[in-house]
Amino acid sequence: MKIVACINHVPDTETKVKVGADGKTIDPAGVNYMLNPYDEYAVEAGLKLKEQYGGETIALSLGPDANKETLRKALAMGVDKALLIKDDSVRDSLSLARAIAEELREMKPDCVLFGKQSIDYYDEQVPGLVAEFLGYPSVSVAVKLEAKDGNVTCDREIEGGHEVVETSFPVVISAQKGLNAPRYPSLKGIMAAKTKPIEERQAKPFPSGVEVLGISKPPAKSAGKIVGTDASAVPELVRLLQEEAKVI
Amino acid sequence: MNIIAFAEQRDGKFKKFAHETVQAARKAADALGGTMTAVVIGKNVSAIAPGLGAYGAARVIAVEDDRLEFYSTTAYSKAFSDVVSREAPGAVFFPASQMGKDLAPRVSARLGAALAPDCTAIRAEGGDLIATRPVYAGKALAEVKVTTPVKMFSLRPNVFTATAADGAQAAVETVKPELGENDFASKVTSVKVSEGRPDVTEAGIVVSGGRGLKAPENFKLIEDLADVLGAAVGASRAVVDAGWRPHDEQVGQTGKTVSPSLYIACAISGAVQHLAGMSSSKYIVAVNKDKDAPIFQIADYGIVGDVFDVLPALTGELKKTLGK
Repeated sequence: MKIVACINHVPDTETKVKVGADGKTIDPAGVNYMLNPYDEYAVEAGLKLKEQYGGETIALSLGPDANKETLRKALAMGVDKALLIKDDSVRDSLSLARAIAEELREMKPDCVLFGKQSIDYYDEQVPGLVAEFLGYPSVSVAVKLEAKDGNVTCDREIEGGHEVVETSFPVVISAQKGLNAPRYPSLKGIMAAKTKPIEERQAKPFPSGVEVLGISKPPAKSAGKIVGTDASAVPELVRLLQEEAKVI
Repeated sequence: MNIIAFAEQRDGKFKKFAHETVQAARKAADALGGTMTAVVIGKNVSAIAPGLGAYGAARVIAVEDDRLEFYSTTAYSKAFSDVVSREAPGAVFFPASQMGKDLAPRVSARLGAALAPDCTAIRAEGGDLIATRPVYAGKALAEVKVTTPVKMFSLRPNVFTATAADGAQAAVETVKPELGENDFASKVTSVKVSEGRPDVTEAGIVVSGGRGLKAPENFKLIEDLADVLGAAVGASRAVVDAGWRPHDEQVGQTGKTVSPSLYIACAISGAVQHLAGMSSSKYIVAVNKDKDAPIFQIADYGIVGDVFDVLPALTGELKKTLGK
């Protein structure tokens, strides 16, 4: 089975966002990057499928050279190969998904895995776009994945419950936290990842369909009222919630 | 500009965010001098479709097929894209719900119509639509416009208003989708509903607990307070990672983003990752021993005190006040 985990290199969750000089992107100064947290579940799911079916696992990332760091993390976790689709431009999801689908079409994978979303732009749409471009079925926000022969059964998260989805390979799956427990890279894996080659190809250009006019910091919320320091403040809090906020 | 709104239903009932989507589409269409048509997909949905009139839909297209009783990514994508192609609107509105977020990208790829997802505001300007959407987990807001001929937007639940007008009924056109066996390449075969409390993303009130509760069994204090308010239970990442609470309760950057009218944060210090998931709540209450906890920077009302002392008192007081 050919398994591709598509992974992204994103500002870490501690990042304090500052608006960049162009007013449309964030100021990259002082920002640390990391493997997108949801993508760890995608990599782990890929490694598990290989344990079950054999074959090969490939980590794919589209972006600048810096994304190699994230590809090495996937190699350290145990994927067989890493592929950088090199691109220095800023793309929207539609353009990004077209470029990824273009590569995948030639690779003909049996299973394509993504994290459910990147924690930078929060678009949560690349997996579905890629699946449609490839003509594959897709399951998003999977919290459970079981494969038997050519069939795939997933639980996906919905409001107040789960849907059980049945589909078959080839398929695109996006992983939600809870799908599995991503393994920690072993020391041996980390050492081996340092010397493994990362294949590079140039990303094909596609037009964007969403134009960012500007970004800004959300209006700062001012600190509110400290109602008290123990349970004696409770009646006043309830009064405020009923009469001032009118939320209960 | 004419607009189509995807009105999500499950089990023959419209979701609250379906009403929000329809009403937002109505307002946008009015501002741009266009028509608004709502589309509902499922089994026997023409029966519920007239009710969308109360939220501003004069016309509803009901796509009916017994095979569409449960959601299917592939079949819904085909059926909905076919309607959009026939109607040729300028824009399509979805809810950014679990169904909307699954469906919209596939429709986007089918139609070459770009999607601005999870919008918290949409305004008409110069004959076009400008959307505001949180990025970097709400640490920044982006203003975007969609430049493809058909523009798609998904709307964050609980942010847009849905007010019902009395008596208005929509005119319903029922259509049968053209779906072959191949269009059901993925399908939902059953739904497991969590019993009890509402989901954090849908609830009007969320009561969340953090590590300051000291032990998983102490979440009883959170549950008791949630139950008297009819609220959802939320959790910080720390307690989810510790295995005290299930993943689907996690609020924050790697969990759910919530916008309830009231968010009560109990023994949660307010790490930047947590604030990202709940700072768009309309009112925030914080109960924490540490007066310097960052949560107090964004809380409307705070009690600097011990949750073990304050929460039982709050639950008791609310029981009295709300007559439960």
